[in-house]
Amino acid sequence: MWYRGFMSIEGDIPTAALRLRWFFRGALKTISLPGFLLAISFVGFSGLAAESGFTVTQVVFMTGVVWAIPAKVVLIGAVMSGNTLPAAALAVALSSVRLMPMVVVLIPEIRGPRTPRWVLYALSHLVAVTSWVLALETLRNVPRNLRTSYYFGIGSTLVATNMVVVFLTFSVAEHLPPLLSASLLFLTPIYFLTSLWSSSRERSGKFAMVFGMVLGPGFHTLLPGADLFIGGIVGGLAAYGAHRIIRARSTA
Amino acid sequence: MTFDALDTWWWPYLFILLGGWLATDSFRFLGVYLGGRLSETSEVMVLVRAIATAFVAAVIGNLIVFPGGELRATPIALRIGAAAIGFVTFLLVRRSVLAGVVAAEIVLAAGIMLTM
Repeated sequence: MWYRGFMSIEGDIPTAALRLRWFFRGALKTISLPGFLLAISFVGFSGLAAESGFTVTQVVFMTGVVWAIPAKVVLIGAVMSGNTLPAAALAVALSSVRLMPMVVVLIPEIRGPRTPRWVLYALSHLVAVTSWVLALETLRNVPRNLRTSYYFGIGSTLVATNMVVVFLTFSVAEHLPPLLSASLLFLTPIYFLTSLWSSSRERSGKFAMVFGMVLGPGFHTLLPGADLFIGGIVGGLAAYGAHRIIRARSTA
Repeated sequence: MTFDALDTWWWPYLFILLGGWLATDSFRFLGVYLGGRLSETSEVMVLVRAIATAFVAAVIGNLIVFPGGELRATPIALRIGAAAIGFVTFLLVRRSVLAGVVAAEIVLAAGIMLTM
């Protein structure tokens, strides 16, 4: 019967083979422009870490357990300036607050009807900007009960690949020619700028991009250390407010 | 207790675990806890999405205005101009991310070679 086929896509517990197929579709999704740009960013990060006196094993370990590049850059900065463990942890925690709303947005998208909570906690470790943008762009084309497998494919492939990238480029990354190095560093912001615009599905998201991009650098010199936090909270609230005002006018 | 405080092989790894992993994953786990309570279509979610997007946008803005490494030596007007041209190209060429990135990089590289 046609509806039995439909049910096996949306409601039933998928077979291991089907899960594996969607895991590999997620993994293959990372062989793309964003995956390439992230690897390039990790070459830059690798050079920074090498200059700061860390060993290659420590940096590969850090890539696996922390994952988000901004948090790792803050951790390295805190160690370089001789901070104590609590001070370093506080600085890293502040830089990671932004991951919370990103995970809040992702969870209802990847959660299937029978997904155990521990799976969601485990998958949340893979959340950083690239896997988040890639997932939000493509999840709507993935059957609901296979989205956790698909996201695991995207996230774990990105983490594993970039641990290898850090390992391989650690000794050469700090010796690149300046023009090449500057061009590589410019790839990440431009990629995020364009892909985030594509993946923001509503008016408030576009306002949020404009406000965040102005408020982040605006508060960088005024309140260093709190610039991302203010850019995110104030920018996000202002964007939501602007969206509400426009909606109220258009329905009035 | 600093990174160099103990002269043992395991202390740097414990430092990275507590100062890096715990500090970062706490917020990811808090997101799972809160996200499990909200539907993706709810009005609160529109607000949370706006805040998440603004956070990432603030990171983008800082990477362009206050970059690290070799990019710091380039003029700020060149970086903002290259980003703007890349974004307009992206909008004009069927929302192609690749077209936007290529246009921005060409402007940046040309600018570096002309000014430095």
